[in-house]
Amino acid sequence: MVFMKNILNRLSRRFSLPQLFVLLAFLLVFGAILICPLISLFSKAFLDKYGNYAGLANYQKYFNNPNLSISIWNTIDISLVSTVFSVVLAFLFAYALTRSNLKGKTLFKYIAMIPIFIPTIIHAVGLVYLFGKQGVITRMGWDIGLYGRTGIIISEVIFTFPQAFLMFFVALEYADGRLYDAAEAMGISPVKRFFRITLPDVKYTVINAFFVCFTLAFADFGAPKVLGGNYNVLATDIYKQIAGQFNMNMGAVVGSLLLIPAVISFIVDRIVRSKNSSTLNAKATKLVIKKSFKRDSLFFVFCTVISLCFLVLVAALFMGALTEYYPYKMDFTWKNFEFNNSTGGIGSFYHSLEMSVATAVFGTAFVFIYAYLCEKIRKFGALRKIGKLFSVLPMALPGMVIGISFIFFFNNKHNPLNFIYGTIIILVLSNILHYFSVPFITATGALKKLDAEFESVAESMNIPRWKTLLRVTVPLSLPAILEIFMYYFVNAMVTVSAVVFLYSANFRIASIAISHMEEAGNISQAAAMGLLILLINVIVRILYEIAVKIIQFKRKKKEERTI
Amino acid sequence: MKKSISILLAVITLGLMLTAFTGCTASNPSDNSAGDNNTVATFGSKDSGSITVYTALEDELVTEYLADFNAKYPNIKVNVVRESTGVITAKLIAEKENPQADLVWGTAASSMMVLDDQGQLEPYAPVGVERILTKFKSDKAVPTWVGIDAWETAFVINTVELEKLGLKVEDIKSYQDLLKPELKGHIVMSNPNSSGTGFLTVAGVLQLNGKDTEKGWDYLTALHENIDQYVHSGSKPAKMAAGGETVVGVSFGYAGISQKKKGAPVETIFPTEGSGWDMEANALIKKDKINLAAQTFLDWAITDSAMNLYKENYPIIATGGDGTYDGYTIDPIKQLIENDFVWVAKNRDSILEKWMSKFDGKSAAK
Repeated sequence: MVFMKNILNRLSRRFSLPQLFVLLAFLLVFGAILICPLISLFSKAFLDKYGNYAGLANYQKYFNNPNLSISIWNTIDISLVSTVFSVVLAFLFAYALTRSNLKGKTLFKYIAMIPIFIPTIIHAVGLVYLFGKQGVITRMGWDIGLYGRTGIIISEVIFTFPQAFLMFFVALEYADGRLYDAAEAMGISPVKRFFRITLPDVKYTVINAFFVCFTLAFADFGAPKVLGGNYNVLATDIYKQIAGQFNMNMGAVVGSLLLIPAVISFIVDRIVRSKNSSTLNAKATKLVIKKSFKRDSLFFVFCTVISLCFLVLVAALFMGALTEYYPYKMDFTWKNFEFNNSTGGIGSFYHSLEMSVATAVFGTAFVFIYAYLCEKIRKFGALRKIGKLFSVLPMALPGMVIGISFIFFFNNKHNPLNFIYGTIIILVLSNILHYFSVPFITATGALKKLDAEFESVAESMNIPRWKTLLRVTVPLSLPAILEIFMYYFVNAMVTVSAVVFLYSANFRIASIAISHMEEAGNISQAAAMGLLILLINVIVRILYEIAVKIIQFKRKKKEERTI
Repeated sequence: MKKSISILLAVITLGLMLTAFTGCTASNPSDNSAGDNNTVATFGSKDSGSITVYTALEDELVTEYLADFNAKYPNIKVNVVRESTGVITAKLIAEKENPQADLVWGTAASSMMVLDDQGQLEPYAPVGVERILTKFKSDKAVPTWVGIDAWETAFVINTVELEKLGLKVEDIKSYQDLLKPELKGHIVMSNPNSSGTGFLTVAGVLQLNGKDTEKGWDYLTALHENIDQYVHSGSKPAKMAAGGETVVGVSFGYAGISQKKKGAPVETIFPTEGSGWDMEANALIKKDKINLAAQTFLDWAITDSAMNLYKENYPIIATGGDGTYDGYTIDPIKQLIENDFVWVAKNRDSILEKWMSKFDGKSAAK
């Protein structure tokens, strides 16, 4: 036994086995919750209805139907347009909040995040209140023709804006003031400074944000279902195959097509990353933002306009939730907040909280360590590449695909993990997987900014890795970690598409209750429940801001003391 | 020391995950051969225990109906999973290898036929099944599924918006009336490829026009000219009409009548030519061991007291019955067309394909 231990010790010293094992273990966990379920679903793409091998016959059938392949072009179309809008707007918004002396930054930041605080189905409800045939704005005489391409694009921009905004916000917050000072000293104009310093500095984030928005819009089902009209996209095709005709084989065919953007984004990411090596080093100074009334007022107008759009959406929800029967009985009422017990009532709210906290705690820990392993270990290149490829796939999967493939995999009697089926564990796992990609990017971004010097110094001083991780890396990445925590929490609060297949009779959750209300035609009740979820998310967000303030305060104190 | 602990942990995790991986590829021996009824293994007791019920009935109706069951069998705990027909059926099919539900309650017969075809239903004749009309249950000697009520094509019309178009409710009585030029762009119908209601409407129109002739398709083509959009749910056209998002929703009876009760300015019209229809049905799920309490539930689900509850909302019940009903101006049973389920089942795929190539995605070019 002692002999074994010695061998292990010696081996580990030479080959850093623990790192390899931890990395492998994490890849395997991810493999078990991502690759295996996907294989169990996508293998059906090559089978016929009765389980016989069919080769590529299903793909052939899909591409031979002209109506079905129209969906592919439609999906690319709406994804591209909404991505361009959302990336440009989110960049400007984040730029305004980080590189100008705008008043009310905190408030603007909150407002920018409203869309991820409410379930996507509620975005659609709000848009119908505003732009539908009886919408407030339509009645004022401006009919945008909501249903179809327009509706999907607006909805996707709203949905992806906060995600892009958060990525830009983090990226733009870090800047090396020395570069700007030097540039100014050399008489380089602000516009040039923007294009020569700022933009190259966040180039990587721009590309990432582009792919995140594109992939999210590409796979989203909520908006096309409610607002799509006759405009077919791949996600509605999957729905038609799986929940309309119960043809799992065709569903698997369409599902596999959705992975294409993720794979492309991974390849582009590899190419870009090899050229991108700008990290913030330990000598960077804080960027001092110069005074400029013109710039600040321009940005103020811009941010106000964007914020108003989101606020109007929320106002529309309030209007819907507080009226008797829009638009025919406009009397004021509170009755929409008295939830019917049959939908799980207020109990489903506690379940949602429970599930969301669990998702946030375990998800954050998992993502951060995973990103750390992929980013901060300098060996095992191939394994780390696989790890990164895994990390972009979840974003490309509509919840329905995750839900169905989890059933196929975890509900198998021969699977030793079968016991988690029907419990809260499978809900938490599906959430961690479903929302993995964006937190992974946030974590990677934060880790990239940390100087690799820390690790080398620690290594040369023979300080174990985990100590460096706990004492240096985690504290320095705390803002990113909290951001990831929040992201998981709010998304778990509002998610429907995956968990709808996985929740059990004893554990109903609020977001599903909302989709039931919407289905049953209780639109105003759904709006009411959506507002409650918004409220919870805002409260949690405020607690989070307070936590950050306390941490910063303590750190400042400590620094003062050490000085 | 610490290193070796972490190695140990990693090895354990690795081992665990590898076993999980084998689950990934392990092929299951398919379930025991087709149901030789009577020899089904059972467990539990007839009047106690806990059962899992999957249903597509509306949330509020589930609560209402279950109250009756709970009063009669207080020792049976019923766990209900309620989702739309599409989601619940997809879930049942995906869970085929290891079914979680003991029984399905109030879910479309067309879904039952799919499940039956996949060998997922256990034949069971609930007590009193002889009272169910023949056309409301499966044609097997021991029925695999038993219908409880029917739903049928209906036009849900927003009267306020209709008047703005210069029409009155009386102007819309038949399928032909939907072709009026005033209604162009003001009709919403459910997509037969994603909604059971959409399919029964299309199948109904085709049958009313002589099944295999082109007449039915000609009508659908003319109707397509007036359609604003095809949506992915059976009740959504009714809800859109209720909220004024469209003027006419081609939906089903209950969807319109319940919207009116909630205060919407809508009228529900049943086309004079007759309505296509489908039923809500119950079935026992095939499992290694059948919970006896599940049979109790299926027995209760077709008792008179249950039927009377269904009748409140879906007037056409599987035991027959007549008279007038709240919200209906005519005898709803006479409204149903002679539905040739064999023809419908046989032609389902070709109808859907033809419909898709003619109408679906056509307007996407805009």
